[in-house]
Amino acid sequence: MMAGITKIDLARTGNEAMAYAMKQVNPDVVAAYPITPATEIVQLFAQYVADGEVDTEYVPVESEHSAMSACIGSSAAGARTMTGTSSQGLALMYEMCYIAAGLRLPIVMADVNRALSAPINIHCDHSDTMGMRDAGWIHIFSENAQEAYDNMLQAVRIAEHESVRLPVLVTTDGFIISHGMERVATLPDDEVKKFIGPFKPGTMLLDVAKPITVGALNFTDFYFEHRRALVDAQAASVAVIKQVGREFGQKYGTAYDCIEPYQLADAEYAIVALGSTCGTAKVVIDQLRAGGVKAGMLKIRVFRPFPAAEIAAALAGKKSVAVLDRSDVLGGFGGPVFTEVRSALYQKPNAPLLADYIYGLGGREIDMEMIGSVFAQLQDGTAKPDSVQYLGVRD
Amino acid sequence: MATLKELAARGDKFTGGHRACAGCGATIAARQALLAAGKHKVVAGCATGCLEVVSTIFPYTAWNVPFIHSAFENAAATVSGVEAAYQSLKRQGRITENIKFIAFGGDGGTYDIGIQSLSGAMERGHDMLYICYNNQAYMNTGIQRSSATPRGCNTTTSPAGRKIPGKAQFRKDLTEIMAAHNIPYVAQCVIGNWSDFTRKVEKALDKGGAAFINILQPCRLGWGYKPELTAELGRLAVETCFWPLYEVEDGVYKLNATPKDKKPITDWLFQQERFRHLKQPANGAIVDEIQREVDQRWERLVRKCDG
Repeated sequence: MMAGITKIDLARTGNEAMAYAMKQVNPDVVAAYPITPATEIVQLFAQYVADGEVDTEYVPVESEHSAMSACIGSSAAGARTMTGTSSQGLALMYEMCYIAAGLRLPIVMADVNRALSAPINIHCDHSDTMGMRDAGWIHIFSENAQEAYDNMLQAVRIAEHESVRLPVLVTTDGFIISHGMERVATLPDDEVKKFIGPFKPGTMLLDVAKPITVGALNFTDFYFEHRRALVDAQAASVAVIKQVGREFGQKYGTAYDCIEPYQLADAEYAIVALGSTCGTAKVVIDQLRAGGVKAGMLKIRVFRPFPAAEIAAALAGKKSVAVLDRSDVLGGFGGPVFTEVRSALYQKPNAPLLADYIYGLGGREIDMEMIGSVFAQLQDGTAKPDSVQYLGVRD
Repeated sequence: MATLKELAARGDKFTGGHRACAGCGATIAARQALLAAGKHKVVAGCATGCLEVVSTIFPYTAWNVPFIHSAFENAAATVSGVEAAYQSLKRQGRITENIKFIAFGGDGGTYDIGIQSLSGAMERGHDMLYICYNNQAYMNTGIQRSSATPRGCNTTTSPAGRKIPGKAQFRKDLTEIMAAHNIPYVAQCVIGNWSDFTRKVEKALDKGGAAFINILQPCRLGWGYKPELTAELGRLAVETCFWPLYEVEDGVYKLNATPKDKKPITDWLFQQERFRHLKQPANGAIVDEIQREVDQRWERLVRKCDG
């Protein structure tokens, strides 16, 4: 606890934490459509609007596609803009998500990770947001409701930074975080207001004295340069993400970075994971450590921009590493996290043996025993290099 | 209503130098709409399509008002977001200007792929005018059928072949669908009657709230006619009662033009290459069907307007 700032601890679900963060951000516009398990975020926010607790113009659109379309219009108009969704809703938005990034609009979106159809399923995996890998968004995973709250506040700063101006996706894990109740420390309203500051758009459609054209047609002579500028913005965001995470730590006690090593420095065996599974894995690692096993974890908080160099450095010299992927790349070679981590390690000195474990699709439980079995396989050599295995599925 | 002299003095908000075809009706609609809106500050948006493609080739733009394009099926949702931002910032005292919002979309972006987005925005009651520049097919991608394409029409996806003589279905009546949304203002217009269009754009903006105008827009390329006939073909569509000029203001129907001598539909059809195959005697029954449909729709409309 920092001097002068009194945090308020309350029992909240992940959805409540994200909705509360949105309330405190007090965006100018929210356009959203309900979908399980993110519905509560929309409902709670609609209630804040109905009770006059925010200044937000709330647009209850008729679909997620229109939600992101309205967010694009709103953000381009010069308004601080947020939304929330999940799974099929995000998939319906994909087209517009690419456009939001291409137009350099700092929209912040809460997504509750949920499996994609078919078969239809409402539970957690990461296949929905992994579909955003190439969309140009900054992509932040949360381990628990506290991180979801903290990430939402930082996302506003990151998205709107003048050297970034990119949309940011903050995710939680469906039901595991979204509906799990935990103690969440929240900041006072005025502190959030101070932290995020006022929105200063680079250009705004509503500045009628200076007409601009947004969304112009680019042919072969300009498209490539504009897409390249997106790459540069992603690269520039790294320093901003780190700086905002450090500042958050200095002011409020918990610092954030792109990756979070856990017992990793001297670890011989490690896992790489995202989201809520990291919480379970920490307990397993503590137990293994108590039994003398040098176990550790690399948690990836920021998946886009992918912190390749940091990951390679953090994993260098480990004996063997297992990537836990909560989604699959059908017809590909391993899950999306494995593919990226392996690419980051390629041709690096002291790269460890790397194996992939795809787990938890459609909300299939991942427990301490299963994570323990992965560490056991790393130790006894049954985790083969470059192997892709499925954890917890009936063959 | 603004006089021609006043309109001429306003200065174009949709400027020349764009890449539209000679005789293009879509750009006439955009230019006249923005002239008519000239007493207001305006932000415009457009669906992907001819109008957007010809007017915003980077680094150029024909739009001398703030303009946004994001995708094909969502001009209404996108502009509804701009309008929501305006409402929010205005309420918070962060902007002081009064601004009006106009979204444009072709019949593809409006009747078909964008109807959900349009319906949603109109139901929510955003303070915006949506103008469908309706040229009755997907002209930008090369003249494919839409649900606005008339019966018997030859398009590249409803070709007049040896067995099938063009589009089998009659066109959807989107103006009536929009009227069924019970929004403050719905109207039909045509290229070739500038005063009717100007008055209706003015009225739509002055009334406030959600408004929809469906302007029939002859397309030289897709319809197949000489470029100087664009306005003439628009007027003929009114004189044959194929495209009546009417408005629905707060639920009250009003006819804005009743032809003295209603011309046969063939006067309109046979000036256009897209209906040329209907001149063949074997297709006479289709022409009769088209005439009957025009008559029935006209009579239904007249009854509504007689109240």
